[in-house]
Amino acid sequence: MVLNSKAPEGPLAEKWDKHKFNVKLVNPANKRKYDVIVVGTGLAGAAAAASLAELGYNVKAFTYHDSPRRAHSIAAQGGINAAKNYQNDGDSVFRLFYDTIKGGDYRAREANVYRLAQVSVNIIDQCVAQGVPFAREYGGLLANRSFGGAQVSRTFYARGQTGQQLLLGAYSALSRQIAYGKVKMYTRSEMLDVVVVDGQARGIITRNLVTGEVQTHAAHAVVLATGGYGNVFYLSTNAMYCNATAAWRAHKKGAYFANPCFTQIHPTCIPVSGDYQSKLTLMSESLRNDGRVWVPKTVALAERVRKGELKPQDIQEDDRDYFLERKYPAFGNLVPRDVASRNAKQMCDEGRGVGSSGLAVYLDFADVIKRTSAEAVSQKYGNLFEMYEKITDENPYQMPMRIYPAVHYTMGGLWVDYNLQTTVPGLYATGECNFSDHGANRLGASALMQGLADGYFVIPYTIGDYLAATPPKPVTTDHPAFAEAKAGVQARVEQLLSIKGNRTPDEFHKKLGHLMWEYCGMARNAEGLKYAKAEIAKLRKEFWQDVKVVGSGEEMNQALEKAGRVADFIELGELMVDDALDRNESCGGHFREEYATEDGEAMRRDDEYAYVAAWEYMGENQPERLNKEELVFENVKLTQRSYK
Amino acid sequence: MAGSNPNAKPMNLTLKVWRQPNRQTEGSIVDYQVKDISPDMSFLEMLDVLNEDLLHKGQDPVAFDHDCREGICGSCDLFINGRSHGPEKGTTTCQLHMRKFSDGDTITIEPWRANAFPVNKDLSVDRSAFDRIIQAGGYVSVNTGGAPDGNEIPIPKEISDRAFEAATCIGCGACVAACKNASAMLFVSAKVSQLALLPQGQVEAKTRVENMVAQMDIEGFGACSNIGSCAAECPVGISLENIAILNREFLTAKATSNNLA
Ligand SMILES: Cc1cc2nc3c(=O)[nH]c(=O)nc-3n(C[C@H](O)[C@H](O)[C@H](O)COP(=O)(O)OP(=O)(O)OC[C@H]3O[C@@H](n4cnc5c(N)ncnc54)[C@H](O)[C@@H]3O)c2cc1C
Ligand code: SF4
Ligand code: FES
Repeated sequence: MVLNSKAPEGPLAEKWDKHKFNVKLVNPANKRKYDVIVVGTGLAGAAAAASLAELGYNVKAFTYHDSPRRAHSIAAQGGINAAKNYQNDGDSVFRLFYDTIKGGDYRAREANVYRLAQVSVNIIDQCVAQGVPFAREYGGLLANRSFGGAQVSRTFYARGQTGQQLLLGAYSALSRQIAYGKVKMYTRSEMLDVVVVDGQARGIITRNLVTGEVQTHAAHAVVLATGGYGNVFYLSTNAMYCNATAAWRAHKKGAYFANPCFTQIHPTCIPVSGDYQSKLTLMSESLRNDGRVWVPKTVALAERVRKGELKPQDIQEDDRDYFLERKYPAFGNLVPRDVASRNAKQMCDEGRGVGSSGLAVYLDFADVIKRTSAEAVSQKYGNLFEMYEKITDENPYQMPMRIYPAVHYTMGGLWVDYNLQTTVPGLYATGECNFSDHGANRLGASALMQGLADGYFVIPYTIGDYLAATPPKPVTTDHPAFAEAKAGVQARVEQLLSIKGNRTPDEFHKKLGHLMWEYCGMARNAEGLKYAKAEIAKLRKEFWQDVKVVGSGEEMNQALEKAGRVADFIELGELMVDDALDRNESCGGHFREEYATEDGEAMRRDDEYAYVAAWEYMGENQPERLNKEELVFENVKLTQRSYK
Repeated sequence: MAGSNPNAKPMNLTLKVWRQPNRQTEGSIVDYQVKDISPDMSFLEMLDVLNEDLLHKGQDPVAFDHDCREGICGSCDLFINGRSHGPEKGTTTCQLHMRKFSDGDTITIEPWRANAFPVNKDLSVDRSAFDRIIQAGGYVSVNTGGAPDGNEIPIPKEISDRAFEAATCIGCGACVAACKNASAMLFVSAKVSQLALLPQGQVEAKTRVENMVAQMDIEGFGACSNIGSCAAECPVGISLENIAILNREFLTAKATSNNLA
């Protein structure tokens, strides 16, 4: 299949306006005759569900959480970007576009990214009107900070809880539509399949997580807003329930999966402390504005630290290696996430890591405390320091933090065109669940922006174009495709329960995570990837022979839920490895050791790899087929990133 | 293995856990032993250990709600040794660490107890009553699209900061569980005062407070008798001042109601 991005012709700055004019409109009196299913009520889903209901469509929204307010978006800390230029520091829509394309290492689609930058300004207005309490200056106007090494201050924030406040805003808009009866909300309902009728998405199958009841739901169109798949690595900064099931089931029903190997590893997370570790906690990127990253200069010194014979404070200035400042004098501690992460790993691989495991580097605030005061530091980072102390029992005002990179975000996702439609007509993907805007690396504070852009300002227009061409006849679940999909879901539940093996879903998940982290994590090479592929295939087989789940499908059964998600993670893991093997270059979060410059920096290969890899499911045990969307850059010049 | 505290000794504990198969069936406390618990584990990681052990033995793991494990999503909700979210002040269950306990301890773990929060299974309760209270008015009625420029609504920083403080409620329900009347006043007041403080929320202030309070009563939450256990147990420090604001808003609304319904 030839992938058509459907990006409109014409000058970049005019594409979206032109497109909005050209899309077909649904007659206002007809809107109530259309049903739309929205799966997921995080930022992308709650914003979409509320906005579509406001327009008059009948929306059915689904979440596996007990309330829409608990979606993983709630945990975002740092902020949300918007090209408001309130600070008069030279920001503009074009600059935000440019930074995002460049930050993504030139692997995103120009037209989408430009639109994102354009609507970013509307997001802030919308959220303020909802009562989102963004940080403000004493004069009463909105405050900004610079984030993730950006050279302008364009990040809006609500202390360290921006995601929480934005999600509660979207949740309030959604709640209002639920009260009006325009949205029917299904909580604790997990989507387990998409129903495709005559080539069009026409509904979903869900399982009620309290009663176990498997249900069918029909609609004229289906929007997936089901988040990212970082938990394929077992340990990540994502919430525990984040999973790939919705996207993966859609993939198996015909939606292509794009750039699955593009994952973001965040440099500043609290390191693993033991085998029991269930998740990793992010320490916001903003800490690198003031903290200095270092390790002991020699392996011998590091060894003594690891054994507890030396404290970090005992190590003299001369015996410390501030490796980011040394290697990247221009950007220092503020190099992008992928560069900071890889360097931390390299230090630990050299044997200079700290902490009892040796898998940590220091993030030190002694200098800034001396330069200003502990008070001042607490004003800025108090809640993060507190969280760090709660988890590690160490006081970061007195001791440097120990940090290590962790999986944080997935740039890959379902392939979508300019309308956010997948390769299945009538099936849309928004937010982290699609691949669209961040290329091979996402900039800080841009995921919240994308989720809300998709939900509030893009999908309400583009879905109308599809619906206007669909007859407003009622849809039902009578078609045999519904019964068939439902039977498939039930059979799978039964199968998982009938294996009665010896290993728990978590044990399989940990094993998978370990393989992914070792061979498809911060640094990858062909040999390791091939090994991982074989091992994951083996793991998949073992899973279906040896997984252990007790109880029944007709009750709340968290181990059963987990087993289904792990089964999908294993299959997705295999595809990620395939994708990483196909991409013989290094770009953004994808670092192939074979493709590095002499001093070890990433080497992009634009001649051969300036494409989106969109994988097509070909059936059980068949290799997936690679489809390419060539990326065309008309408005930016491709350059090698340099932070020296 | 342990990260911060290599010398900390693993602990053995007795757990008394509420088990209840579903809403319709009676529940009871069941005793379990867990061994070799590292003080660096979080409370929920300790329960993970118990659940893996149960699963290996072919027994039903304990159901409990959790997700972010960072103290922000409001999912976790355990009543530990008679206290909402356990012994540590200003901490959600997921952020509570085992170093707060000692080797040989017996720990009782129950779900939130309130008529408005029926048990789904074991430690998981249904808190959808909170959602319905928000649906009754916890929003500003603006549709997507028509908003004025964000800086056209200047708001004094002190006001904005106070609204933010109220807005940080994570909707966990610890306040209800801590209250002997199972009142939801602290939760409701947090949303009412966030929006009452901000100019955006003024237009609908009166109907909002009336409708949210009415819904709270319909859901079967108890009355507030101003004892303050709610605020004492709130993991994010939502203050009693919000209840005072709610009461003031409510009285004004009653006196000059423009709620035509
Ligand atoms: C710790 C942390 C901090 C972050 N900080 C920032 C930041 O400062 N700035 C920034 O821009 N980005 C940040 N991010 C990234 C950002 O938070 C996410 O990318 C974004 O919130 C994703 O939003 P979403 O709506 O796409 O998905 P989510 O918020 O993950 O929502 C997914 C929804 O889908 C539902 N769902 C999923 N699968 C199913 C299914 N099968 N059936 C039913 N429902 C389903 C879930 O219940 C949920 O409602 C951060 C991420 C992390 C992990
Ligand atoms: S007020 Fe506090 S205790 Fe009550 S729901 Fe909100 S955060 Fe939880
Ligand atoms: S699990 Fe999210 S607050 Fe505890």
